[in-house]
Order: sequence, then structure tokens, then C-alpha cells
Amino acid sequence: METLFACCVGFLSACGIFLMLRGRTFPVMLGLTMLSYAVNLFIFASGRLTLRGAAVLGTSEQYADPLPQALVLTAIVIGFAMTAFLVILAIRARADLGNDHVDGKLPDADAVKKESR
Amino acid sequence: MTLLWILLLPLLGSLVPVLTARWSRSACALATAIPPSVALMLLLYHSSTILDGGSIRFFLSWIPLLGLDITIILDGLAFMFGLLILGIGLLIILYARYYLSERDSMPRFYAYLMLFMTAMLGIVLSGNLLQLWLFWELTSISSFLLISFWWHKAEARRGARMALTVTGAGGLALLAAFLLIGQVVGSYDLQQVLASAELIQQHAWYPVILVLFLLGCFTKSAQFPFHFWLPNAMAAPTPVSAYLHSATMVKAGIFLLARFYPALSGTDLWFVLVSVTGLATLLLGAYLALFKHDLKGLLAYSTISHLGLITLLFGMGTDLAAVAGLFHIINHATFKASLFMAAGIIDHETGSRDMRKLNGLWQFMPITATLAMVAAAAMAGVPLLNGFLSKEMFFAETLHQHLLGSLSWVVPVLATVAAVFSVAYSMRFIHDVFFNGQPKGLTKTPHEPPRYMRVPVEVLVALCILVGLFPGYLIGDLLQAASAAVLPGDVPSYSLAIWHGFNLPLFMSALALVGGIVIYVNRKHLFDFQNTLPDVDALNSFERSVKRFAERCGRLYQWLDSGSLQRYMTLTLLSFVILAGLPLTDLVTLWGGREELPIDAVNATGAVMLLIAAFATVLWHRKRVVALLMISVVGLMVSIAFTRFSAPDLALTQLSVEVVTIILLMLALFFLPHKTPKQSESSRVVRDLSIASMVGVIIGSLSYALMTRPFNTISDYFIANAKIGGGGTNVVNVILVDFRGFDTMGEIAVLGIASLGIFKLLTRIPLFKPSSDGEGRPWALERHSLLLSTVSQSLLPLAIMVSIYIFFRGHNLPGGGFIAGLVTAVAIILQYIAQGVDWVKARMNVEYQRVVAVGLMIALLTGVASWLFNRPFLTSWFDYFDIPFLGKIELASAMAFDLGVYVTVVGSTLLILASLGKMTTAHRPVHKETI
Repeated sequence: METLFACCVGFLSACGIFLMLRGRTFPVMLGLTMLSYAVNLFIFASGRLTLRGAAVLGTSEQYADPLPQALVLTAIVIGFAMTAFLVILAIRARADLGNDHVDGKLPDADAVKKESR
Repeated sequence: MTLLWILLLPLLGSLVPVLTARWSRSACALATAIPPSVALMLLLYHSSTILDGGSIRFFLSWIPLLGLDITIILDGLAFMFGLLILGIGLLIILYARYYLSERDSMPRFYAYLMLFMTAMLGIVLSGNLLQLWLFWELTSISSFLLISFWWHKAEARRGARMALTVTGAGGLALLAAFLLIGQVVGSYDLQQVLASAELIQQHAWYPVILVLFLLGCFTKSAQFPFHFWLPNAMAAPTPVSAYLHSATMVKAGIFLLARFYPALSGTDLWFVLVSVTGLATLLLGAYLALFKHDLKGLLAYSTISHLGLITLLFGMGTDLAAVAGLFHIINHATFKASLFMAAGIIDHETGSRDMRKLNGLWQFMPITATLAMVAAAAMAGVPLLNGFLSKEMFFAETLHQHLLGSLSWVVPVLATVAAVFSVAYSMRFIHDVFFNGQPKGLTKTPHEPPRYMRVPVEVLVALCILVGLFPGYLIGDLLQAASAAVLPGDVPSYSLAIWHGFNLPLFMSALALVGGIVIYVNRKHLFDFQNTLPDVDALNSFERSVKRFAERCGRLYQWLDSGSLQRYMTLTLLSFVILAGLPLTDLVTLWGGREELPIDAVNATGAVMLLIAAFATVLWHRKRVVALLMISVVGLMVSIAFTRFSAPDLALTQLSVEVVTIILLMLALFFLPHKTPKQSESSRVVRDLSIASMVGVIIGSLSYALMTRPFNTISDYFIANAKIGGGGTNVVNVILVDFRGFDTMGEIAVLGIASLGIFKLLTRIPLFKPSSDGEGRPWALERHSLLLSTVSQSLLPLAIMVSIYIFFRGHNLPGGGFIAGLVTAVAIILQYIAQGVDWVKARMNVEYQRVVAVGLMIALLTGVASWLFNRPFLTSWFDYFDIPFLGKIELASAMAFDLGVYVTVVGSTLLILASLGKMTTAHRPVHKETI
């Protein structure tokens, strides 16, 4: 199972990174979201994988490590705040600058064919 | 404690001239002289202890973990240098009083001078390497201020810049050396370092340490090939040159050689590097000094040459040579400082320093001329003066060394050659300036300086003569104490007598004197020869190379900082690949020995769906709506993964966050283009793909390596104490609101700040509103779906009830403030979607930023409340109550904290989504979207 889990984490981060390397804001947002999934899973996995061992006292004999879970729980919420901030920033950038390129200006090759809003 | 005052007094003294600036010049100078005088007295107060071979130590612990302590050590070496620094410093204060004109800001000069004095004292008294280095850099900075004192002159600015660059760069090398020494020895304490000679010299880093260390010393002490800054620093006022460039600053490098002599010397590498550098500097300086027409230029090159001589002595590695080196430090400081001051007097009273114009000054200023002649004779090594004694010792040592094997005889020969030139330039200083016809083209008629301007010169020249006549009485003890501090073993016996009988060193001295006179008489030919050589202007070529360097840095910077986010990302990721990938290659196996869990059908299906959905997101990322749908599948699978692997809290959180994230991204899509134009060239796609897969492989491998390794967790403590200490059985929740409540406090604060930032970003945004979707279909006109609005209304109370339930059970079962907050937020968002902003606003007019604030306040006050019970911030409390109809119920202060979390999460989420959602309804589109 660990192999499969690690493959998923690796693949998710690769997809996230690839999307984050795109030039437009929306794929970057998707990439960041995807990378957050990967990172959360990664941190979660540092407590090792446990089946049927939720860290609720009295429910099982062997508990999953609750500490990474607590860390990831807040990470998920903060990750949402971060994504939201990025989204609004992208919207604001497009509104102020007139395009949705991550650098705020279109690359030269593109500037020739004028982008109408 | 008196030791600390020796250091503090000059530092406080740098304020004195500023405070007394309004007094008369003499009063200001006098006031400035008081702190160093007291410091000198304090130093002399310890003289009996030091001269008996003892040392005094002052220790003040500051950050012991980092090896940062304030340690002051006064031993023989520090005492000798302290005397030079404070003694000559006082003379300089007197001298500068008369040297500086009315137009110069004397208080500023004195303030810099005192700062420099502090820095120098700091170097010699430091007992901690890092502390020493701090003062070392302070000398570079304060000398920069002093050299550029006449900042209106371009020459002074450039000279100061050059000195700062060279010595500052050397200082960085020295810092590196010190840090390495600290790593090797395990301490930055000087005494421990000096006692660990074997440890350092056996270490593989020794060559690196030595080279870096010597770079620091040689740049400071103007050793070849870093000597070029010293002549250019002569643009400084002469008191500065007399102080910094004869007695103190340039001696700092030599001091360091002496200080670390017990720890670093004794190896072949030390011999070769130090002695060859010293020899080259000695020869070069002596030769070039002869050709300088500028008085101070001559003295500068002569200083370089003498510093080379001292370096050579320390490089020879014999104990006697080190003693001779220390002796020459004292002698050189006295005669060179007096010569600089004499040069300053001449400059002051004639208006020129050019030896082609200055001739026959004897008739105008006989006393100054006599003093200068005596000092110059000491420099040349004429018998009965102090320079003669140390030069004799130097000659004797050159005869006893075996540095170059069978070629060792070259060293005494070259030493004699250097001495010949030394005599020649001393001759030139005397004969050209004071005799040799009449002055040419001077603007002033030369005359004797003010009475007290000459006093410092007189004192120093008197010392030259007295030490020359009675060396044993005057400085025998001092030299003995200083040598004992430098040499690891016993101090060898030596004799400080003037007469040692007819021997080879005496013959070499005589040869040097005769040869020097011969060369001086025949100097015309040498000058003609020298004039045929290409003129190298060190200052210009240095400035040019600095400029070129800065240009290259600029180009590199522009390449790095091109304003392209994609490039930054690429560079960052590549460095990640290298930094995280390399250690992985050291790992023997990825598998760490832990048995894997079996794969069951559900998990396998989930994983496959996750992989497919992630792949589809990438594949269709240009069709934005499709990509959004795909990524929501990924998020769903992630939350299922959390369920499968025993993390119900995470699954609930992930699920509810997933909902709000997707709503958010859909809202974003309304304002952003609906398709991504095809822009990336294939080569870039290939590049990005390879970077992404490298990173993915590394993260995946790391994750696998991590998961399959056995581990010790600190969580056992949390599990054991969750019930008894925190009063809850859901350990994750107890950690969040109790054990690590402070972290959670910070996290909800971040959440609140982010939402407020978003709120701010959205105010007055010049939004354009699309009239149609990506395919050009106009947005539907009907307001809201009847079905959805009916269902959502009945769903709201249910959802609120669920969230309350989740909130309350959170302490014992999966749930808690975070999840409950998200559920509530989702339910309210649903009302916005189903009924529209106006409808919700009419019924629930809440300003969400206030909600965020209230939530944070609840959490904060819960924490503060524990202060009332004399407990630390956020200490939790719980107890059980029997409440009629409800039964036994547990109440915990952590619940109040969790309530704060809940309210903050609700407020933040709604603030984010409602603020953005409001934008869609204000006015309907005007522009038409094409992309």
C-alpha cells in the first residue's frame, strides 16, 4: 500500500508542479491546489499509514499518529485561505492589468496579436 | 572589570568630541584625550601582573549556545599592542589638533579616531574569535571613515573605497576561517583554540583554514599582492596615516599572525605561504619606495616593506624569529609614526609633499629636520637606534633558517638587498627633502610648526634613541612578556645588546648602509630605468575591475531576476531537485524495513481514480471548467484516503474545504478567461514536464522512504494525556485546542488576516463583467433555480444543527470547531447561491469582518482567562457537571477556544466567498468576452 500511496503523492506533486509552471493564473491556482493535496498527504504519511486506528481513545487498540493529523488539519484550512488569496490576487491582477498572465504582462510574441478584453 | 573599561572608555570617548564640539579646539582635543588617558592608566595598572608573565581574563556569558561570549584577555601580546594603540593614539590626538585646519570638522575626526581606537583595542583584547572578528570589521569601517575624511576629494573617496573593499573582503575570508576553526575545535574561545594546535593542524580542513586566515591577515597588513590599497589610502589626513598606516591598523594582520602563531604555525604550508609572501612584500616595497616622489607614498611603500619583514619573521617559524618580529613591531611603530608626522608637518608648513619640489628645508625647519633625520636613520637601521637592533636580529634569523632547502642562502641575500633599498630610500627622504639645493615652486615659505605639533614627534624620536641605546632596560620585560604570550613553549634566551661582536649580521648591516648610499648616489640611472617600465595605476585598474565586477553582477542579477515567475519557479525547483535529490542518492535502499500494508480493492480503486483525475486535470488544464471538475475528483479522493487511513477529522475537513474551494474557483472562473490560450512551445512543455517529474519522483521516493521506516513518535504523550489532561478522547482535537492551542491560535489568526486581505483586495476593484461564457453563450437571465432555493432553505436549519452536533462532539469524536465552522459556512454559501446576495442580505445582514474579529477575540480571551487563575496563557480546564434532563456533561475551557475557532472559520470563509460573490451581482456585463 505504501508504494501506491507514495506513487500517488509523487504523481500529484508532479502534476501540481507542472501546472504551477504554466503561464496563466488559473492553471497555477489548480497546480497550487494539487500541490497542497500532495503536501498534506506527505505530512500525513509521516505518521505512517494505519488502517482502522482512528485516534479516538477507546475505539481501537493501535492508534494512528494524531500529531501529523492535527498539523494537516490546520494545513488544509490555511491552504484554503492561501488558495483563496491567490485567486483574488489573480482576479485583481486581471482587472488591473488586463491580462491573466502570471507576470502581469504578456510575453512579447503574444503582445503582437493584441488580446482584446 | 577594569578590562571592560579599557574597551568601553574609548567607545564612550567617541561621543566626547561630539559633545564638546562647541568648546575651543584645544579644549575639545583635551576632553577627547581624557578617556584614552584613563584607559592607558588602567592598562598600566595591570602592568606588574602582565610583565611577570601573567594574564587577566574577563568573561561575560551572552549566548553560550552559539559560542557567543564577551571575553577579554589581557596578556603580554595584548598589553604590548594596547600600549602602542593608546600611547600613539594620544600623541595623534595632540598632533591632529594642530594638523587639522579651521575648515575641517575636528569633532568628527576625533569621533572617528576614537571609534577606530576602540576597534583596534577590541581586536587585541578579544578572547573570543567572533568577537575579535566583529572588531576586525569595525576597524575596516572606521578606517574607511577616516581615509575618506576629506570626502570632497575624489582621490580620498576612491582610496577609502579601495581600502574598504580589500580589507572588507579579507575580513570575510577571516570570518570563514574563524567559523571553520570553531567547527574543528568546537569552541570560539581563543584560549581553547590556541590550545588545540594539534587538532587544527591534523584536520583535513587545515589548508583551507590557513589560506582563508592568511587572506584576512595579508589584506589587512597590505602584503603582496594586496599591498596596493595602502599607498592609495595615503589620501587620508596625515594623522590618520601616522596612526592607522604605521602603528595600528596595518599591524592588525601582523597581530593576528602573532596571536594565532601557537595554533596555526609550525607546518610546511605556514612556512611557505607566510615567508614567501613576506619576502616578496619586503623586496617589492623597499624597491618601489625609492621611486615615489610623494613623501607619504615613499613612507607607504616603506611601511609595506617593513610589514613584509615582520611577516617573513613570523613565517620562518623559529622562536627567535618570532621574538624579533615582535620587537620590530614596536620599533617600526615608533619610527614610522614619527616619520609620518614629520611628513605631515612638512606638508602643513610648505604646502607640498612632492620631493621634486621640497629641497633644502634644513635651513627653514632645523628641529623638525633633525627629528625626521633621526627617525629615518632608525628606519634605515643605523646603529644606536632601535631599527638597527631588530634589523640585526632579522639578519641573524635569515642566516639560521632552512626554508628553501639548499637554496636557503638566497633569503639572507635578498634580505640584504631589501635593506640596501631601505637605506637608499631613507637617504632620499633625508637628503632630497632637507638638503639638495633650494625648494622649487613652493606656495608658502616653510617654517617650523607650532610648538606642540612637534611634541609627538619628539616623544617618538626620543623613544627611538632610548630604545636603541638601552634596549634591555626599556622594553626587555615587555618583549619578554609578549613573546611568552606568542610562543607555545619557553621563550628562548636572546640578548638585546647593541654590540654582539664582529659577525655576519653586522657585516650585512654595513653592506646595506654602504650599498644604500651607493645606490642613492647613482639613483639617476635607476630612475631612468624605472621610467621605461609601463606605469601601472593601481587605483584606476582597481576601479575598472570593480566596475566590471559590478556590471557582471548586474547582468547575473538581471538574468536571475528577469521578472518572470516561471523562471523563478524553474530555478527554485531545480535547486530543490539538486538539494533534495543528492542526499537520496546516498541512501542504500529506499525501503526502510517496515512491512507494507496490503492493498485492498477500495484503496486501489481510489488510487487509480486519483491518478486518472490528476492526469486529466493536467491534460485538460486549458479547458478550465473541465479541469476544475477533474481537480474536484482529486480532492474527493484525497478525503477518502484520509478516511481509509484512520484520519476521520481530516476527511471531514478536506471534504468541506473541497466544497468551498470548488465554489471559490468557479467564482474565479466567472472573472477570468474561460480558456487558457495555447502559449507554451513544445520545448518548454518538455522542460516543465521533466522538472515536474523529477520533483515528483523525489517527493514520491522521500514519501516512500519515510513511510517504510520505523519511527518513534512523540504522540504517545498526547495519546496518554488526552483524556486525563485535556478531558477529551479525540486526540486530534485535543491537540488542536489544548496541547498545541497556541499554534491553532496563530493559525486562525492567519486565516482571519488572509480573509481580511482578500476583502481589502476586492474593494474598488475595476472589475469587468463577462456577458457570456467561454463558448460565447450569454449567461442565463432567470434569477435562481426554484428547486435549489426550496431545497436549500429547508437544508439550512438541518446543516446548522449538524454543525452544532459536530462542534460539540468534537472533543471526544471526530469533529470540532474547524469542521463545524466549514459546514456552517457551506450551508450559508448555499443560500447565497440559491437565493442571491440581496435575498441573504435582507435576512442576515452581518459584516463578516466583525465575525472574524469576534472569533479571534473569543479564542484570545479564553487564553487570557487562564491568567486570572495564575496559569500560563491558554491553560485548559475541564470538569463534569450533572445537568437535569441532559445528564452528565463535560465542560472544558477548550470548548470556548474551539468556539473561537468555529466563529473565525465561519467568518473568514464567508468573508472570502461572499465578498467575491457580491461582485457577480452588482451589474450585468457590458463587455463581450472573446478569450
